[in-house]
Amino acid sequence: MSAPSGITLVTLTKDVRLEWRSKDALNSMLFFALLVVVVFSFSFDPNAEESRVIAGGLVWVAFLFAAVVALNQTWARELRNQVLDAYRVSPAPTNALFLAKAIGNFLFVVVLEAVMTPLFIVFYKLRALGPAWQLFPVAILGTWAIVVNGTFFAAMSLRTRSREIMLPLLLFPITIPALLSMVEATTTILVGDPSTSAKFWIILLATYDVVFTTGCLALFETVLHAE
Amino acid sequence: MSYLYIAYAATWLIHITYLVTVFRRYSRLKKEVEQLPRK
Amino acid sequence: MKKAFPILGLLTAVLLSYALYQALVVAPQEQTMGDVQRIFYYHVPSAWTAFLLFAINFLASVLYLVRRNPQTDKIASWVVIVLAVLTCIGGYAFRSALPKDVYPSSVATTGIAIAGLYFLLRKYFSEQGTDILALTTAEVGVVFCTVVLVTGPLWARPVWGIWWTWDIRLTSTLVLWLIYVSYLVLRRFSTSGETPVLAAALAVFGALDVPLVYFSIWFFRTQHPQPVIGGGGSIDPRMLHVLLINWLAFLCFAFLVCWSRYRLERMQRDVEETQALEALLEPGGHVR
Repeated sequence: MSAPSGITLVTLTKDVRLEWRSKDALNSMLFFALLVVVVFSFSFDPNAEESRVIAGGLVWVAFLFAAVVALNQTWARELRNQVLDAYRVSPAPTNALFLAKAIGNFLFVVVLEAVMTPLFIVFYKLRALGPAWQLFPVAILGTWAIVVNGTFFAAMSLRTRSREIMLPLLLFPITIPALLSMVEATTTILVGDPSTSAKFWIILLATYDVVFTTGCLALFETVLHAE
Repeated sequence: MSYLYIAYAATWLIHITYLVTVFRRYSRLKKEVEQLPRK
Repeated sequence: MKKAFPILGLLTAVLLSYALYQALVVAPQEQTMGDVQRIFYYHVPSAWTAFLLFAINFLASVLYLVRRNPQTDKIASWVVIVLAVLTCIGGYAFRSALPKDVYPSSVATTGIAIAGLYFLLRKYFSEQGTDILALTTAEVGVVFCTVVLVTGPLWARPVWGIWWTWDIRLTSTLVLWLIYVSYLVLRRFSTSGETPVLAAALAVFGALDVPLVYFSIWFFRTQHPQPVIGGGGSIDPRMLHVLLINWLAFLCFAFLVCWSRYRLERMQRDVEETQALEALLEPGGHVR
């Protein structure tokens, strides 16, 4: 089993290094998310009580749109210079490639979230009244949910017209249960009502992640070879 | 007007619209078939 | 085969008219809601028909994907059989865990019916036929789903005073609609020669999503309760009778619409294939 994970690691390192040198995706994502935060601040001018109720939704919508910006160019780099064709012809297991891409995207979006969260806290005067540590599993599971399906659908959109529009069009309906879970979990934790718990949402997110990671790994080879 | 009749009318409007598009495509296709050279 | 179509068309029209008469005249008037409640006889059968069509789409998509490879085909057939057997056993073994109106025999019958449908499709539809079936059922399913989403608010407004509520049935239907519209968009915008494969993969993802959608919205609703459109609870047997007549009528109608769409698509592909061949063999005889 060392060969697939070796390939995953190598591809992942390559992607991270390329991205770090150009910082293309990272910069555009960050700027986009910041714009979204600012525009939302103009539309809602909440006091601390109200902001806790709506912040969950706003934050995750901002992260979702920023993630789409990153996902859209996930495979674009591989299309240039026919790198993608080289992958298809090579004996390397395609799942290794998929995991590398997904984990790479995951890392980028997590970095984005780490940078944006303090900004959100400041702009909306947020303070979690519930168990704040629960926000970590929510963030990790939720981000993986968006990223794993996003990477898969980005590969699917490669062979369509209007590629950039195709990705969100395919991704958003399928991710609705995950989005609902993320938003509700975050809101529950922020509002901190003792009669509610984010546990159900976290379990649902975990189930979603397991189901769709399996689905993506099972069907990625089929999608990659569809020419 | 009664919501009931609007609902029933809307249902059939949707179905008929779809059937009309199917039928139109069918007519266009038939014309194309006639234009295919006979071998 | 082709002669049957006009006859079936006429029979279906008669059945639909009869069903309409039953819904508007024969069915008893509901106590609290009045005549508006009769929308129910169009709203619910359309929903059930849409779900059935999407279920067939899922089976056809899975069938298409597994049949590309003789090994996966065999494995899939065994998996279907095993699942059917498990459903039968599970229905009886976990009878206490089942919800109130659900009987173990219904669970078993559903399991066997789905497996039977899978093997029927496998036997009578070629590889291309399976793909056309998937496309057809998705399209017609979206049409019926649209009817559900239009009649729902038209019922909600006079009864509850609001056009929309994020109640579990309407919301999960909306998400289902969105998923299948995205499926149709993928079909139309795909430039790949292997569009059927991509679409089938998307259909499988959509189907995997459905229970998750249902549970997430269910829990959301228990946290934020609101009126349920369409009411719950038991139903007057006379109303059930009318409901089932309408469902039968719409099923026949859906069958005819699917048949027409299927024939259209088949003809379309035959024409395209012929045109492609014609282009290859230009007059003068040389193959390009």
